[in-house]
Amino acid sequence: MSQFLGWIATLPAWLQIILVIAAFLAVIGLLLFFIEIAPRTGRRYTAVRLAVCVLVPLIAMLILGSVIWAALIAAVLGGLFFLLDYRSRQGAGYLFQLVGFLAPAVILLAIGLIYPTIGTTIQAFQDNRSRNFVGLDNFIWIFTQPYGIRVVVNTIVWVLIVPTLSTIFGLAYAAFIDKSRGEKIFKALVFMPMAISFVGASIIWKFVYDAKPVGQEQIGLLNQIVVWFGGEPVYWLQNSPWNTFFLIVVLIWIQTGFAMVILSAAIKGVPAEQLEAAELDGTNAWQRFMNVTVPGIRSSLIVVLTTISIASLKVFDIVRTMTAGTNETSVIANEMYTQWKGFETGRSAAFAVVLFLLVMPIIIYNARQIKKQREIR
Amino acid sequence: MASVTFDKASRIYPGQARPAVDKLDLDVADGEFLVLVGPSGCGKSTSLRMLAGLEEVNEGSIRIGDRDVTDVPPKDRDIAMVFQNYALYPHMTVAENMGFALKIAGVNKEERASRVLEAAKLLDLEDYLGRKPKALSGGQRQRVAMGRAIVRSPQVFLMDEPLSNLDAKLRVQTRTQIASLTRRLGVTTVYVTHDQTEALTMGDRIAVLKDGILQQVGTPRDLYAKPENVFVAGFIGSPAMNLFDADIVDGGLKFGTATAKVDRETLAGASGKKVTIGVRPEDVVVAKSGEGLPVDVDIVEELGADGYLYGHTDVDGNRVDIVVRVDGRVHPNAGDKVVITPQPDHIHVFDLESGERLSKKAVETSK
Repeated sequence: MSQFLGWIATLPAWLQIILVIAAFLAVIGLLLFFIEIAPRTGRRYTAVRLAVCVLVPLIAMLILGSVIWAALIAAVLGGLFFLLDYRSRQGAGYLFQLVGFLAPAVILLAIGLIYPTIGTTIQAFQDNRSRNFVGLDNFIWIFTQPYGIRVVVNTIVWVLIVPTLSTIFGLAYAAFIDKSRGEKIFKALVFMPMAISFVGASIIWKFVYDAKPVGQEQIGLLNQIVVWFGGEPVYWLQNSPWNTFFLIVVLIWIQTGFAMVILSAAIKGVPAEQLEAAELDGTNAWQRFMNVTVPGIRSSLIVVLTTISIASLKVFDIVRTMTAGTNETSVIANEMYTQWKGFETGRSAAFAVVLFLLVMPIIIYNARQIKKQREIR
Repeated sequence: MASVTFDKASRIYPGQARPAVDKLDLDVADGEFLVLVGPSGCGKSTSLRMLAGLEEVNEGSIRIGDRDVTDVPPKDRDIAMVFQNYALYPHMTVAENMGFALKIAGVNKEERASRVLEAAKLLDLEDYLGRKPKALSGGQRQRVAMGRAIVRSPQVFLMDEPLSNLDAKLRVQTRTQIASLTRRLGVTTVYVTHDQTEALTMGDRIAVLKDGILQQVGTPRDLYAKPENVFVAGFIGSPAMNLFDADIVDGGLKFGTATAKVDRETLAGASGKKVTIGVRPEDVVVAKSGEGLPVDVDIVEELGADGYLYGHTDVDGNRVDIVVRVDGRVHPNAGDKVVITPQPDHIHVFDLESGERLSKKAVETSK
């Protein structure tokens, strides 16, 4: 392997790129090939499997230069194939295949999600170096001093305002442009902020909010307007509590596009006959919207609301980029990072647990609503 | 309750040369059950939607009673419509669905409940008032849609193929229910269907449309016994009327080897030397041999009381298919050769070019 890498390093840069991509594609292709042929029956596929069992260890030996590794890979591969093949032919194979094919995902989830969750939860009850258990000290610290409370309150403010306003704006916009001329262009305009990274959006808005002292030329859009109208430049991001709202505007700006696209598609899914029936039932446009369209897109509304709620609970980039949590704008995700950077692993983990607990009810609600909707449709 | 008048009403969809509904002139009397029937794309649904206000009227006008409603929005027309797929509000219970129009109209809760209950009793829906549409069968949903229309006691009922989503047996059952219900309520009803059996069984009068043009309006008996043109003749009746082109000869018409006596006055109006003759399957006499048109029997459909004989004959080297009604007990079998003659009083003669009816008198004497 190291020889191989060493050899690649001696090649010109463009060839390196091509080779790395080719190697990547080869690995992916090989994986797909395995997945495709493993469950098939027939003599030809058995032969292919046999060939794979011989060739893959050989290639591994060439690359890794180690007989032990090659033998190990051969054993694992052969055993896996044999089991899947044998069991699937025995009739009881369904469970075996299920386990066989689910295992990689489950293992990755366990390593990437479940293990860290448990680990973080344990750390939340330990001291700053994760050595001794300190009980609820970290949580007490969060909820007993104004700064910690402020962080939690800020997060709650985000969660209350962003989903509500984004959804209302997105829904109104989607309803207004529905079936209008140039609908696609209108949609693209509002959807575009979605395509910008949070950091990019934050920098854009940082410029919008930028303030220079009186007398100097303003480079921030908002302050330029204020100055034009004869006002004095305002330090938008420094005056609490309004600075939090100015940060919130950025996320609303981003999420409105998401809400609009989903809700627009949902609005188009409301049967025309239902609207016509309501029209004949004597409703005006607003009554139709409230009595037919909104109930008709209820499930999409819930998905949008919960998705944006979770996004605003986890908001980090905007706060980090624009204020780094100064001037009382910090939120839980930002504080997690700040505390961890300040060698307070315990407090950082405690914040993470609080965040996790706040997200949980939303996800449970979402899942239950999706189940409920099935009763109507 | 009120009459409905279409006065040269047209609907032209943007970008289309041919109107979807072309100068429709139609009067529906107060309390009448009128059926709009025609093949798909004939403009029957469009006409109904124009009356509902869901389609624009590009030319002409529409009146409900004495009121010109051409430019009145649907909500102010005081009409109720039953849609093909019922268009029930899925998030509302049956009672809420039925009472929705009243709620919008600002009727108070008690009266709403009593009117809904009344309609539900009429339709056998009392036990389902608390259910959502999803928990109902197709027939029940259909009744809820009817109930939604009845509760409002509107001026006019509009029904757009309300039975097409039901199975055959339920359709026959419901069709009688709807017909008797609307008559009992005495509400003017305009009913759209593509099924001529439905039209014949339900309508006080039937209006036949084709390509947006009204072909004929009349009672079911009129349309069956005296179709005004070839299209109506072929559309009304099942199995369809036998229609062939025949030569005018001295004293009548010649078709293949057979001749039929038709009086001179009838044929005088013909524009050419050929006409189209139409004979209903039941107006044909079948014999083993003798004078008439020889027919090879392809198949005999048994329907119990009677049967339908599907056969063909050769006329100048062309195959012509013929349907004849025969006795259910005694009839020829597939492969037999028979000879048929039409009953002279029941021959319909149409102009070959225009398709218009020529033999008006022939029918009047018949029944």
